[in-house]
Amino acid sequence: MFGLSALELARIQFGFTVSFHIIFPAITIGLGAYLAVLEGLWLYSKEQAYLQLCHFWSKIFAVNFGMGVVSGIVMAYQFGTNWSYFSAFAGGVTGPLLTYEVLTAFFLEAGFLGVMLFGWNKVGPGLHFFATVMVSLGTLISTTWILASNSWMQTPQGYEIVDGRVVPVDWLEVIFNPSFPYRLVHMSIAAFLAAALFVGASGAWQLLKGRDSKAIRTMFSMAMWMILVVSPVQIFVGDAHGLNTLEHQPAKIAAMEGHWENMPGESMPLILFGIPDMEAETTRYALSIPYLGSLILTHELHGQIPGLKSFPRDDRPNSTVIFFTFRLMVGLGVLMLLLGIGGALMRWRRKLYSSRLFLRAAVLMGPTGLIAILAGWITTEMGRQPWVVYGVMRTRDAVSNHSPLVLSTTLAIFVVMYFIVFGTGISYILKLVDAGPDVHDGHPGSGNDPQNARSARPMSAAPDHPAGPTAEREEH
Amino acid sequence: MGIDLPVVWATIIAFGLMMYVVMDGFDLGIGILLPFIRDPGERDVMINTVAPVWDGNETWLVLGGAGLLAAFPIAYSLLLSALYIPLMLMLAALIWRGTAFEFRFKAEPRHKPFWDKAFIWGSCTATVCQGIALGAFLNGFQVSGPSYEGGAFDWLTPFSLFTGLGLLVAYALLGSTWLIMKTEGKLQERMFALARPITLALLACIGVVSVWTPLTHPEVTMRWFQMPNLVFFSPVPVLVLVSTWSLLRALQRRREIAPFMLALFLIFLGYSGLAISIWPNILPPAVSIWAAAAPPESMGFTLVGALLIIPMILAYTSWSYFVFRGKVKLGEGYH
Repeated sequence: MFGLSALELARIQFGFTVSFHIIFPAITIGLGAYLAVLEGLWLYSKEQAYLQLCHFWSKIFAVNFGMGVVSGIVMAYQFGTNWSYFSAFAGGVTGPLLTYEVLTAFFLEAGFLGVMLFGWNKVGPGLHFFATVMVSLGTLISTTWILASNSWMQTPQGYEIVDGRVVPVDWLEVIFNPSFPYRLVHMSIAAFLAAALFVGASGAWQLLKGRDSKAIRTMFSMAMWMILVVSPVQIFVGDAHGLNTLEHQPAKIAAMEGHWENMPGESMPLILFGIPDMEAETTRYALSIPYLGSLILTHELHGQIPGLKSFPRDDRPNSTVIFFTFRLMVGLGVLMLLLGIGGALMRWRRKLYSSRLFLRAAVLMGPTGLIAILAGWITTEMGRQPWVVYGVMRTRDAVSNHSPLVLSTTLAIFVVMYFIVFGTGISYILKLVDAGPDVHDGHPGSGNDPQNARSARPMSAAPDHPAGPTAEREEH
Repeated sequence: MGIDLPVVWATIIAFGLMMYVVMDGFDLGIGILLPFIRDPGERDVMINTVAPVWDGNETWLVLGGAGLLAAFPIAYSLLLSALYIPLMLMLAALIWRGTAFEFRFKAEPRHKPFWDKAFIWGSCTATVCQGIALGAFLNGFQVSGPSYEGGAFDWLTPFSLFTGLGLLVAYALLGSTWLIMKTEGKLQERMFALARPITLALLACIGVVSVWTPLTHPEVTMRWFQMPNLVFFSPVPVLVLVSTWSLLRALQRRREIAPFMLALFLIFLGYSGLAISIWPNILPPAVSIWAAAAPPESMGFTLVGALLIIPMILAYTSWSYFVFRGKVKLGEGYH
């Protein structure tokens, strides 16, 4: 298809399915923690608005969780179908980590999600809160395992190679590999931020539509506080993650910066914009600020980092792509910081809930958390290339022997199906968000409701006809 | 240490896979049987009988995949490459069907027939793909070392197509007997009527596979008629006949629970016959569980978690079935 090789097609297929997948767990992690906070606040203050928000966001959590599960099944099999040599070679390390991820996800889904979604009237408030906290904790445990596996592929250690296969020698070293703590913190915060931006946008959307209630104000206000506090933390963590990458994967940093070579004794500029050209080994149309590159990357005025030219051509990641995805991520991060500061300013001037310009900005920023996550992952994964296990196994040696025709057919099936299926699901979530937290009886998960009383499945926590906010409003 | 880790893990994975076949089997069966029922209300009842449990059933498949990667990475990579096309189709069908489950209840009435079709086609495609994968698995794979040497369509043989059909019949039997247990009235009558021909069809399929397999797979024949395998194996055909006969009688006597239990037993017998045919290979004809095993460090590390958590999953699953026990009635508002 379009003259693409089997390797490129396998990578596109994996990238496509995993990009679709990551959106759902990211929201699950962020919303899970948000729900735990809301329920805790409700128990502490007995303020009804928190309970109302709890019910509202757990409906969205439920639909989102369901889609995360089905899109995740595909991932569990793609390592074997598309990357069989990688699985055979590194399965001894990545397999157990994935199995633990699945087992912990199962366990928590089994034990606590049902109680959290449907147990409002079946268990006491304390036990229910415990269940919610456990679900939230479970999403983080799941994140930990999957990022341990991914980080090991970025910065492998604690293994030996015996008969051409990876043998784990020290599991603690495998799990706590050098990039793992940074990646774990950076990704978890990213998920929190993405959820805060999503919650903030839906609050702003309600306010712009002229709906105003204690619950809507509370969720908007909480989201703005969260963004104000967390976005600077994320920038700090991101910087630390970058320095860690510089230490362990310098070629990735050079490609992210479009940095080809050092002039002796000169400091590095920061290239704001440009088009890295892999063939000509230069960054065209570069617009740069002197000294800033050295300052950011080495925290010294005259510091230098290895340029791409100091790596063999075969070992260079594609700077043309990740130069931009990295800038997209950082740019959005800066906008998030500005949104947080703007929110504080509006709050101080008592215009937080009324400035239409600011509310519109908050709506526009709604999806940016997810976009930044995708851009960040593209940067770190493409930046690892041409390696699948950094410095140990090349991606071209990892791919299964399928023909381009077979791969392009399955890719086409996945693209069409994902857009139909998850498009429907996402539109369903958006309809719920549009309906807002004020549209329900206040007890959607109650045992009195025959619809919910019978089921312990994620999606049945959502109401059946989200399309009719006006009709339901009249009833209300 | 004295523990044969590959044997322990092969047992865990075989158990997980059997849980999957049995449990997702009856809920895939609902999708296979849906075309036989026209009444929208009865269709809702059929789907409501499995709605609370189907996603738990499907998680066994994920556990099987991840467990295979952890314990037998070479088998995982070879098997999934060799069965690329049927497995990809199966995954696509499972997504299609899983979300159809949810969306058909959320959809506006005019969209419902669309999601019904998605549910039927998804269920049938997933089942046939699993059956084909099973047949291709018995046929064996052309491998050399860690790489799959066969073609992209090696899985497509008359034998594998027949096993695809056979699994469709098997899941339909599980589905129809499940519905006999969970429903009443007209729908239950219809299932009593359907279950009888399906049972006979399944017996025919088992018969054909039992003759076809040794005829085309000499190494399986050897395994069957070798001592001590013959001793283990000889009760299987007898038990198949006895349980089929009991199943037919139970249907005739309008027993409600026995048919499902006997159908489960029948599937279990088929599964064990299969296990005897290939043991101790994980990839017929030549890759044994020891040759495909992960390093002991990997198997041991994962075993700790598996032994702790699998019992919890089992406990929850039984509890969930207990909570949703009893008949599902027509017009009862689950959704």
